[in-house]
Amino acid sequence: MRGDGSDLRVLIIVPAWNEQDSIAATVTEIRTCLPTADLLVVDDGSTDRTYERATGAGAIVCSLPYNLGVGGAMRTGYRHALREGYDVAVQIDADGQHDPRFLPRLLERLDAADVVIGARFADKDDPYKVRGPRRWAMVMLAAVLSRVAKARLTDVTSGFRVSNRRAISVFAAHYPAEYLGDTVESLVIASRAGCTVTQVPVTMRARAAGTASQSPYKATLYLFRAVVALLLALVRDWPAQFDDGVTKADTQVRPDAAGGPDAAHPDAPGTDPTEVRR
Amino acid sequence: MNASAVLGIVGSATILLALFEMMRRHRLREKYALIWAVVAVFVLLVAAFPLLLQSVAHALGIQVPANLLFFAASILIMVLTLQHSSELGRLEERTRTLAEEIALLRLRIEQPQGLAPSSSTTQQPDDEHQDGDG
Ligand SMILES: Nc1nc2c(ncn2[C@@H]2O[C@H](COP(=O)(O)OP(=O)(O)OP(=O)(O)O)[C@@H](O)[C@H]2O)c(=O)[nH]1
Ligand SMILES: [Mg+2]
Repeated sequence: MRGDGSDLRVLIIVPAWNEQDSIAATVTEIRTCLPTADLLVVDDGSTDRTYERATGAGAIVCSLPYNLGVGGAMRTGYRHALREGYDVAVQIDADGQHDPRFLPRLLERLDAADVVIGARFADKDDPYKVRGPRRWAMVMLAAVLSRVAKARLTDVTSGFRVSNRRAISVFAAHYPAEYLGDTVESLVIASRAGCTVTQVPVTMRARAAGTASQSPYKATLYLFRAVVALLLALVRDWPAQFDDGVTKADTQVRPDAAGGPDAAHPDAPGTDPTEVRR
Repeated sequence: MNASAVLGIVGSATILLALFEMMRRHRLREKYALIWAVVAVFVLLVAAFPLLLQSVAHALGIQVPANLLFFAASILIMVLTLQHSSELGRLEERTRTLAEEIALLRLRIEQPQGLAPSSSTTQQPDDEHQDGDG
């Protein structure tokens, strides 16, 4: 289970909520692209056959007792990664919009940053088009977060990203469950905790199945909520009062974790989630 | 003694009694009971000594003393509701943490060997092959 050519242990986390029509294809595709990485589907209280189809396709599935949203599902995954001593955690959508063939490129950039985002809109000729208020919201979020992270970011709402162990330990403790918290606010948190963020241009596909969230009314609401979420993320105090996610015990890798004791780095710098820089 | 004073005294006395009874039956935690007890005592005072309200209202330059009462009451209710919202948020965060922990524990029970190397778990995509409880 060594990740792509190097000796890193990679955990791919796929948040899935009622994705029975696309989950099997997504899992199969990821496993063909990265056969050496471990794959964890976090089934977020799905009421359809997501669980069966994901296990059927060969994924390990972790079922939440009820729907927590992407933030809850991802924090579950990051905690698992932290406890099992993974070096890299990958977040990728279950709906097939993210092409896992970009993953090796994202993983490569981890030598220069703690979090790497697979980003749309990085090139002028990106076929993925978003218009109207939704686009304005994305541009505004990207501009502000680029300043916070001190790096050029064009697509901060992308759910396609890889994190190293340092970022995993931050996300295992603080991964907001609120609106846009799973993408936008989590980046603010990572930057505040001293993680560096960068991006790799990717092209995303249309949804494989299910419905997309697009209508003028919804897009305007999205813009409004994005502004609120961004302002909140920027003014919030850290560590958050409501966060009681990670205890000291979580930062100690289980001795029987899959990679053996050599994979554990309890002393690695930045693995203390309580140490958050302002 | 006028009717409104009697009403206030009876009302606040009822709240105090109810508080005591709820605490006795373990229906109310002490920290919430304290807030309500302070409120009830305050209402009792205002009802028993209407001059208190009148003189405070006069000092603040409020023409109708009842307005001061309504204002204070609405502020108080707002603060208490806000406090409940905050408490609710904390509880939500706690249940979220518990839900995540349960999912991870369930994973360890269902997959005691942990995440086995992918190569040994290779299976063909097959919809009907698991009757899992997820
Ligand atoms: N765990 C969890 N995952 C969710 C939830 N809602 C959506 N997801 C997953 O998050 C990923 C992205 O969801 P989408 O609905 O495609 O969101 P999006 O890609 O930002 O937007 P569109 O594709 O344009 O609608 C998918 O893998 C979904 O299964 C949820 O409530 N819980
Ligand atoms: Mg999508």
